[in-house]
Amino acid sequence: MSQQDSNIVIIDTGCANLSSVKFAIERLGYQVIVSKEPSVLQSADKLFLPGVGTAKEAMKNFVERDLVEQVKNLTQPVLGICLGMQLMAKFSQEGQLDTLGVVPGSIDKMQVGKLRLPHMGWNQITPEANHPLFKDIPAGTYFYFVHSYALAVNECTIASCEYGSPFTAAVGKNNFYGVQFHPERSGKAGAQLIKNFLEL
Amino acid sequence: MLARRIIPCLDVKDGKVVKGVKFRNHEIVGDIVPLAARYAEEGADELVFYDITASSDARVVDKSWVSRVAEVIDIPFCVAGGIKTEEDAKRVLEFGADKVSINSPALADPSLINRLADKFGVQCIVVGIDSYYCEESKTYQVKQFTGDESRTRTTHWNTFDWVKEVQSRGAGEIVLNVMNQDGVRCGYDLEQLGRVRDICTVPLIASGGAGEMLHFADVFKQADVDGALAASVFHKAIINIGELKSYLKDQGVEIRL
Repeated sequence: MSQQDSNIVIIDTGCANLSSVKFAIERLGYQVIVSKEPSVLQSADKLFLPGVGTAKEAMKNFVERDLVEQVKNLTQPVLGICLGMQLMAKFSQEGQLDTLGVVPGSIDKMQVGKLRLPHMGWNQITPEANHPLFKDIPAGTYFYFVHSYALAVNECTIASCEYGSPFTAAVGKNNFYGVQFHPERSGKAGAQLIKNFLEL
Repeated sequence: MLARRIIPCLDVKDGKVVKGVKFRNHEIVGDIVPLAARYAEEGADELVFYDITASSDARVVDKSWVSRVAEVIDIPFCVAGGIKTEEDAKRVLEFGADKVSINSPALADPSLINRLADKFGVQCIVVGIDSYYCEESKTYQVKQFTGDESRTRTTHWNTFDWVKEVQSRGAGEIVLNVMNQDGVRCGYDLEQLGRVRDICTVPLIASGGAGEMLHFADVFKQADVDGALAASVFHKAIINIGELKSYLKDQGVEIRL
């Protein structure tokens, strides 16, 4: 897929802060559009599912925009970012609600002992060896995190991180990928990850 | 391990980056976007932009530069200044800011913190606190409208009570700016920061007083803060961010290089 003829879509979830993801993709030389139109989503080559805010607010937007079934039925690679990744799981303890369920597990409040919440700042990840999403991203690379809820490590974890206890930094099942960190705000490493996703 | 953060602070006034001493006599230090890009390149972990005139002039921060920063910068950044409503915050976040920081408007209406946290999540709500140690009364006072000297006033809040209050309302991070120390470069107020740290369960950022690299090592090791914010030492090229981070790493502080 060349940078010119690729069809990259950011799913317009109605959450604030879609523009930083858009800018990050554009810095790599790709064109990108923001849309919630079914026809646009279906014809995309790659999709991003960004999200900030609360699970409840985000799912409310999903339902209002009729996006739940649409996103679940996508067959192209989809990358969920932060809350976008969390919504891919089955259940959110934060809002006590069912989420998309395209990857296993529930999103629970992080158990961090005496450490501070939110988990905010740059932390190191350990990716699965040779996973294409983490091409040229060695173990120990720092990414920017900001969250209080997380997915426990499970069979679909493709990168882990530790803060008080281990949690899923990245998940992958079928065409659905999700990262708990913000690649669009993680400097060169983040740019590499977005590039890897676009080249999958 | 979670790294401690080095955070250059860019005070913005009328679309330019400025710096004053003890919040007075602002001089222009440069344009916003090139300076932000330079700091990101040097290894800053995050940037904070304060529109220091916004709250006191009763106007909302000019948004156009937020979008220009978001376009160029690939590290997180926070915008402060005149954010009084959910709508104000939404606009700044839509332009690409990662976090919003509120200070004077939170003092005017503390329920703003709850409303912002409910709508956008605690992770993007920062509360800035301007704290002043009054020698005479031996108390730590919270100040309001510090962007304009003529309008700065002392609130009825004691710093420690206000720190507890904002956390209970949903602040996701606290930036404690010790006014006595601001711009004078003789070190962070370790005693005050340490005392606030004891009662602060969210990330705590130290602000005010950085003058040399040792001050950063001290504030991380002795006051256990999550991040250290500084302005003049970076603007005036007294400290290079890359060299500072190497130094801190050698000192045993967890740092992203």
